[in-house]
Amino acid sequence: MKPISTRSAAPATFAPGIDRIVPAAGASATLTLLAAAAMAFLAVFTLALAFSANRLADSWSGDLAATATVRISAAPDQADLQTRRVLEVLTTTPGVVSSREIPAEETRALLAPWFGPDLPVETLPIPRLVAITTEPQAFDAEGLRLRLSAEAPGAVLDDHSRWRAPLADTAVALRRIAVFSLALIGGATAAMVTLAVQASLAANGQVIRVLRLIGARDVTIARAFVRRYTLRATLGALAGTTVAAAAVAALPVVADGEFLTHLGFSGREWLWALSVPAIAAITALVATRAAALRRLRDEA
Amino acid sequence: MIELHDASYGYPGRTLLAGVSLTLSRASFHFLTGPSGAGKTTFLKLCYGELRPNAGRLSAFGADLAQLSRDDLAGMRRRIGVVHQDCEFLDHLTLAENVALPLIVAGRPIVESDLADLLAWVGLRGREGALPSELSGGERQRGALARAIIGAPDVILADEPTGNLDWEMSMRLLSLLVELNRMGKTVLIATHDLNLIRTAKTQVAARVLRIKDGQVQTAGADL
Ligand SMILES: Nc1ncnc2c1ncn2[C@@H]1O[C@H](COP(=O)(O)OP(=O)(O)O)[C@@H](O)[C@H]1O
Ligand SMILES: [Mg+2]
Repeated sequence: MKPISTRSAAPATFAPGIDRIVPAAGASATLTLLAAAAMAFLAVFTLALAFSANRLADSWSGDLAATATVRISAAPDQADLQTRRVLEVLTTTPGVVSSREIPAEETRALLAPWFGPDLPVETLPIPRLVAITTEPQAFDAEGLRLRLSAEAPGAVLDDHSRWRAPLADTAVALRRIAVFSLALIGGATAAMVTLAVQASLAANGQVIRVLRLIGARDVTIARAFVRRYTLRATLGALAGTTVAAAAVAALPVVADGEFLTHLGFSGREWLWALSVPAIAAITALVATRAAALRRLRDEA
Repeated sequence: MIELHDASYGYPGRTLLAGVSLTLSRASFHFLTGPSGAGKTTFLKLCYGELRPNAGRLSAFGADLAQLSRDDLAGMRRRIGVVHQDCEFLDHLTLAENVALPLIVAGRPIVESDLADLLAWVGLRGREGALPSELSGGERQRGALARAIIGAPDVILADEPTGNLDWEMSMRLLSLLVELNRMGKTVLIATHDLNLIRTAKTQVAARVLRIKDGQVQTAGADL
């Protein structure tokens, strides 16, 4: 029995890719790959820095805001009385979660690193200290200062803002610099692929002339170059991101995260690191397309 | 299809065409002859828009060349198949890819069996994968012809297409062009091969143009 016609499918087509029409570029394609890898590596590290700075800024303006100290400097016969008054005031102050007088030995221990263990503390007028834990939203430092000045004139409230603020500012500035650096890396990547494509267009003048003669439009010619270079930039960025992500993941984690934070990504921040190759691809696509079309339009 | 109105062209220091007016109408068959260096190739380059007239006008398919946008010019060239004197292949592509190039850049599908038929017709079966540098002069010229006609253009311009072909192959090429002309294509062949012209005149009503002293004249019986 003979089978009924099996020729139902479309006839076989011959389909070399559009990027075949441009000869495989040599050095500039390899350089694009390497430079994109380097840029992606830098971008991932800068992102890690940005996120770490972000976390530092948060903890220095958040966690630390939840502590404060009251220092009582008074004549020895007044000190006990004023300390008691301060503790009384604190129990009725809104936003104060807990308060505790720091014993003299502990105060000495705190000072030891600065003055040495042989410090004749008994002869020094060491102030009494009361540590407070606060609920930052409900705590009103100015109100407490007013009440303390009335009840215990020797008491001074220190809510750490004096040294906390510059640290938080530094972290914010660090974050800003990181974002600026990311913009620079993006710009440099765009410039780099633009130069590579321009070099390639210049080197392939004869090919472009022939393509024009047989009726290729600028967009078609541009597409061949754009695909080549976008692919190279994306592959390079993938490699750079992978290496950088592995390096960041291998950085030691700081367990005590109160004052310091580890350099790296946590949780959802990893998604940003993984977006680097995608952003590199889009940057390369836009930059090479614009460069190729501009150059093709300008010549001849 | 292609009209020149008082068109002039010259390289610095030498005028090749001075005020030429000429019409290549639909389904016409022309030969363009003249001594080497007379300006045959230059005339063809004007026709497909690689060169622009220094003075006068040239219009193709009813549109003034000077008014065409870049994309329109590309569209115009897709309607003109050119067999270039030096073939103008891309050295990094195979013969099959070079022949298919007009379809590739136009984003048109390439039916493998049609491509194979075309290559077989010009006697290049089995040479599909060869690079241009591996082809003989005759093979290159036949490949150039295949590339010129693969996109089914309305006008076919051939610049010395038989320069590297033996007589038998020249005749085959001629009969293909005659066949295409009967199907309504406009054909112009630049050649100084008078035997080819004489043979053609027995097959088709061809007009013979001669470039002389910057003018394009219709040649008489004095071939
Ligand atoms: N790009 C160019 N610059 C200057 N002169 C040229 C150029 N191309 C061709 N010519 C000159 O123009 C003349 C005509 O050339 P061409 O059109 O190729 O003649 P043909 O095809 O009839 O042999 C020749 O003398 C040639 O040297
Ligand atoms: Mg010539």
